[in-house]
Amino acid sequence: MAIDAATIERLIKEGLPDARVTIEDLRGDGDHYAAHVVSAAFKGKSRVQQHQLVYQALRGRMGNELHALALQTSLPDD
Amino acid sequence: MTDLVVADRIKQDISDNPVVLYMKGTPVFPQCGFSAAVVQILTHMGVKFKGVDVLADPALRQGIKDFSSWPTIPQLYVKGEFVGGCDIIREMFESGELKDLLQTKGVTTRAA
Repeated sequence: MAIDAATIERLIKEGLPDARVTIEDLRGDGDHYAAHVVSAAFKGKSRVQQHQLVYQALRGRMGNELHALALQTSLPDD
Repeated sequence: MTDLVVADRIKQDISDNPVVLYMKGTPVFPQCGFSAAVVQILTHMGVKFKGVDVLADPALRQGIKDFSSWPTIPQLYVKGEFVGGCDIIREMFESGELKDLLQTKGVTTRAA
């Protein structure tokens, strides 16, 4: 049950419209990704809360179709 | 009703033990690379923790995800509070925040 990088990016942007999303397919198998998400929505939130926002945007796929997504979140520089 | 029982068991576990890691496999034989990475960090820091194998209990495997609104395993709890999964723990370990947090919460780590 693989999911493509474009779908992950689209879902994250639907949930966090201002997000800059960088996705890397770590093994080229459509199953192990690393994502770096930059969004102003993370402001004032703990890391757990920031990751939860991304997981919410992925609407239940994380831990199911999407087995491994190494996640890094940060705030925009400016 | 089953959900309630699982949630109660989790609450009991994380209040009885200062550091609890919900993981796949056991600390000696982790069954997943992400769980193994967190075990390695805790062991390296000399932190005593209780490992709970979610693979041994399907109700707990789902229950812990519902409990924390967190979709993946491993999950680390310190003094009853959810700290994060593998990515967050790794990031906090590298920045030194994990050590600060453990010390603030009164958990013994190996002197650096």
